[in-house]
Amino acid sequence: MEITVSPEKKDTRSGFGQGLLELGASHPDVVALCADLTGSLKMNAFEKAYPERFFQVGIAEANMMGVAAGLATAGKIPFTGTFANFSTGRVYDQIRQSIAYSEKNVKICASHAGLTLGEDGATHQILEDIGMMKMLPNMTVVVPCDYNQTRLATLALAEHHGPAYLRFGRPSWPIFTPAESGFQIGKAQLIKSGKDVTIFATGHLVWKSYEAAKELAAQGIDAEVINIHTIKPLDIEAVLDSVSKTRCVVTAEEHQRNGGLGDSIAQVLALNSPLPMQMVAVNDSFGESGTPAQLMTKYGIDTADVVAAVVRVLKRKK
Amino acid sequence: MEAAEMTSPMTTITDVNELKRIASQVRRDIVRMVHAVNSGHPGASLGCTDFFVTLYFNIMMHDAKHFKMDAKGEDAFFLSNGHISPVWYSTLAHSGYFPVAELNTFRKLNSRLQGHPATEEGLPGIRIASGSLGQGLSAACGMAEAKRLDKDESTVFVLHGDGELQEGQIWEAAMYAAHRKLDNIIATVDYNGRQIDGDVNDVMGLGDLKGKWAAFGWNVLEMDGHDIDAIIKTIEKAKAMRGSGKPTVILMRTEMGQGVDFMVGSHKWHGVAPNDEQLKTALLQLEETLGDYPEPKK
Repeated sequence: MEITVSPEKKDTRSGFGQGLLELGASHPDVVALCADLTGSLKMNAFEKAYPERFFQVGIAEANMMGVAAGLATAGKIPFTGTFANFSTGRVYDQIRQSIAYSEKNVKICASHAGLTLGEDGATHQILEDIGMMKMLPNMTVVVPCDYNQTRLATLALAEHHGPAYLRFGRPSWPIFTPAESGFQIGKAQLIKSGKDVTIFATGHLVWKSYEAAKELAAQGIDAEVINIHTIKPLDIEAVLDSVSKTRCVVTAEEHQRNGGLGDSIAQVLALNSPLPMQMVAVNDSFGESGTPAQLMTKYGIDTADVVAAVVRVLKRKK
Repeated sequence: MEAAEMTSPMTTITDVNELKRIASQVRRDIVRMVHAVNSGHPGASLGCTDFFVTLYFNIMMHDAKHFKMDAKGEDAFFLSNGHISPVWYSTLAHSGYFPVAELNTFRKLNSRLQGHPATEEGLPGIRIASGSLGQGLSAACGMAEAKRLDKDESTVFVLHGDGELQEGQIWEAAMYAAHRKLDNIIATVDYNGRQIDGDVNDVMGLGDLKGKWAAFGWNVLEMDGHDIDAIIKTIEKAKAMRGSGKPTVILMRTEMGQGVDFMVGSHKWHGVAPNDEQLKTALLQLEETLGDYPEPKK
């Protein structure tokens, strides 16, 4: 695809807020719930436009998941909003029993995921949520990479029947995917084609991987970058197609190595086509306070880390 | 919603003696079901039998032959303390949701009658999985919100165990329902005073339970869960509280194991099945009124 980088940056959470507002008009059955973070989740516009379909639940996330399950039982399409930490770990059993096992059409929308939450520190910087959510049967897991894609993913989830987890973040981030096309749940997105190595990235790391690919090109390395915005169900065909050409793999994500995108890709490779692989991810540690940029550098998920991983994996490539 | 759009009850039985006859059969089913698989929860199932039978055969507007997951235009029931599935399954079957014969698959491989209620295999009458405690009131709140949005005048019922009230989520939901003025919810607490490890008062006492619910902003009623006439009158009273702007909870006094003399009043039969001899003794005390479900084919 042709990458056009927008002159302005925006946070992915605003893409969610915009998508939700549009769903309010197009889908009368869409309702929204928030646990005292309406501003942070950018749900204010929906609340103002559709107050009767907005449910403020207070600081009570377990109840929010159950209320959402009840609304879904009655035929509504609930979108819950809170930080990723409180959207998953805090309410895992509620999601497991009342939503996933019960097959409720609830969209769990989670902001401030990962290290790029920044200064709030490790209590809020969840890096395990993708793993928790992808382990649940019936659960779809979507991690869009920029504002445009988060908006499109939000719109798409209203049309997708079943439990889903939508993960996005806080920082202002480059906008480089199309505003109105190119997103389909479960369909990997080619960002840059290449022949030497495939970088599978998700969320904020898609941009970092694209930057890394440009640096690698200057060194004469032709990297393919593929955006795995849907962690589950994984586009196995796209993964195998790409690696059949490049024969080595790097994964990149703002998540623990355990349980993240890298795990999912490694499983596909191990079962189908074992190949050299490197993972760019947080390696079994909690985060800390700092700016998003500082944290990405310290915890090894920056552009330079993707470049270094590619160099390493190419040395292992036969 | 116009009254004409409301679902009519399939069978409204007003004769208390007839309800008692159904309850006797449900109790027989319960002890046979748990005996057959040597597992399950007979204690509170027997304790809540009169409530279930009265709710499904007298109180609720529901259409057993045409189960609707979304419960549009009809009353919905949620079982929060999912471990008492035997009484629910038997009541649903005798109400017409699924064949009574299917009770012989309870807790067996490939059955729709899971140990704890589940939706996965589409058992009519079940709207959400329960078993991990404390989650039912939240789901009831969601259904109540949807009914209000849709101008659907029907009622949302939910049952809890008293031990279950130790779960924090219950009180999140209790706060929510009152704050949102969900007066279309009628919650009932099976106030039998027992839980797995012993008396609730010894394990983790609930204190002034009536006062707690009242302080959370609920109407609080009390009833004897083994007096069918009282159950009918109390729930009618609860329904008449629609318009109060408050949800209503009924503290229902029951005895675990009601109907079987050696089980009654003890926490020991919370989750233990009777052996062959005990089954025989129990069945002698419970009249077969509607016909026992058949034994599975060998």
